[in-house]
Amino acid sequence: MRKRDVVFAGLAILALWQILAMIVDRSILPSPVVVIPVFFEELLRGDMLKHAAISFWRVLAGMLLAVLLAAPAGLVLGQSKKLNRFFSPVIYLLYPIPKVVLVPIVLLFFGVGNFPKIFIIFMILFFQILVLVRDQALALPRGLIQSVRSLGAGRRALFYFVYLPASLPAILTALRQSVGTAVAVLYITETFATRYGLGYYIFLNASTLLNYPAMYAGVLAMSLLGLALYFSVDWLEHRLCKWQFVE
Amino acid sequence: MITLNNLNFSYQSTPIFQNFTWHIQRGERWALLGASGCGKTTLLYLLAGLRFSDSEKVLIDGHEIMRPRPQTGLILQEYGLLPWATVEENVRLGARIRSFYGADGVHAPSHETRVTRNLSAWLKRLGLDALSAKYPSQISGGQGQRTAIARTLSLNPDLLLMDEPFSSLDALTRADLQNLTLELCAEENLTLVMVTHAIEEAAIMGDKILLLGNPPNENAQIIENPRAGEEGYRDSEEYTELCRDLRQRMERA
Repeated sequence: MRKRDVVFAGLAILALWQILAMIVDRSILPSPVVVIPVFFEELLRGDMLKHAAISFWRVLAGMLLAVLLAAPAGLVLGQSKKLNRFFSPVIYLLYPIPKVVLVPIVLLFFGVGNFPKIFIIFMILFFQILVLVRDQALALPRGLIQSVRSLGAGRRALFYFVYLPASLPAILTALRQSVGTAVAVLYITETFATRYGLGYYIFLNASTLLNYPAMYAGVLAMSLLGLALYFSVDWLEHRLCKWQFVE
Repeated sequence: MITLNNLNFSYQSTPIFQNFTWHIQRGERWALLGASGCGKTTLLYLLAGLRFSDSEKVLIDGHEIMRPRPQTGLILQEYGLLPWATVEENVRLGARIRSFYGADGVHAPSHETRVTRNLSAWLKRLGLDALSAKYPSQISGGQGQRTAIARTLSLNPDLLLMDEPFSSLDALTRADLQNLTLELCAEENLTLVMVTHAIEEAAIMGDKILLLGNPPNENAQIIENPRAGEEGYRDSEEYTELCRDLRQRMERA
């Protein structure tokens, strides 16, 4: 995919939005010509930047927490047949549950503040990373392990030179696949029990202030947040896992 | 150098070796020949310290083998290279693992007997210098095995174990790498044990050939092949005769 094509696709979406706004011609669908200036206005002079920063921090904290806990757990399960046999059924049951339905429960237990939001994001990413890292570790050819052992590697060196680098692509793939879901669920958690975050900002402008251009600006900001995270992970993948992209 | 005395080994309660005795002298080149399932790879892994016998241990230089020995190099058929590391990084891996532990005598020799030839010299010797920045997925099978050989030999082993290292390569590349291995064994004064199912390869590589039959193996047949490695041996009458002889023995075994 070329950068130029991506820019063109972005412009095409804006054009489509503009045409739709002109056809619908109602206040509930302001055109990008109206929304984009409001977006910058709110970002630079309003308090949207503050909300965006808080949302960003929640996603980032959830991501980091998930990587820090799920990657080692996945590596352990991938190396120990016994533990894997024990935990597999549990993971099998928990993995497909749409974590978003747990939002009310998490809020009930952890109440207001950042933690429940970070925790929900953490849960979504945790299983994704756990499963991918585990499968990656399980899929390492025995010959590779034996060869590296024959070079003198014990448990620690195997971990450092083989399992750790092997888990990196799995972590990044898991993040890339689920960061969109994480932002979506963040939106839901931010629509209640908080006064900060883009979700709250969108909800407030939509339902209380009835300020549709600002609401759209918030939607745009949340979309950009998701996009930025996705592209960052993609960029990291190309940087850290060069070998996967060579021809 | 290597002594197996009355060794027993079973796999899932099927005996593979029973009272098996075998001696290897320093500098010998052994080919382990036999059909699939005869236990030749098992025997190699016993020497490598990656599997363990039920009773008597394998002795190398008088020491019981309890784990992979730092002076032993192992090269497998495939999958030996880290896919995320370049050719050069793969060749460097052994040295990095050694410095990871330091000269502890367990993972690395307690003292280096001679200064390691630098890695770029090994890359050059194996014709890999132009490929050093490539990843394993970008090079051919033969180049991959050259990388594995460079990585192993850069650690100054005295014993080289190979498990069907060239069997997935095309005929020309295979002959090329067989000759290279023979040259390197002579240059580095290596003891070689190579597992193969190919009669021709055993006849080319081994100055001694150990022929394993259906398990349990007690007394394996040893065939002397003193002219192996000599120039022109591949085209000689003697070589053809040996191959014929080996084939008949395998059929009987």
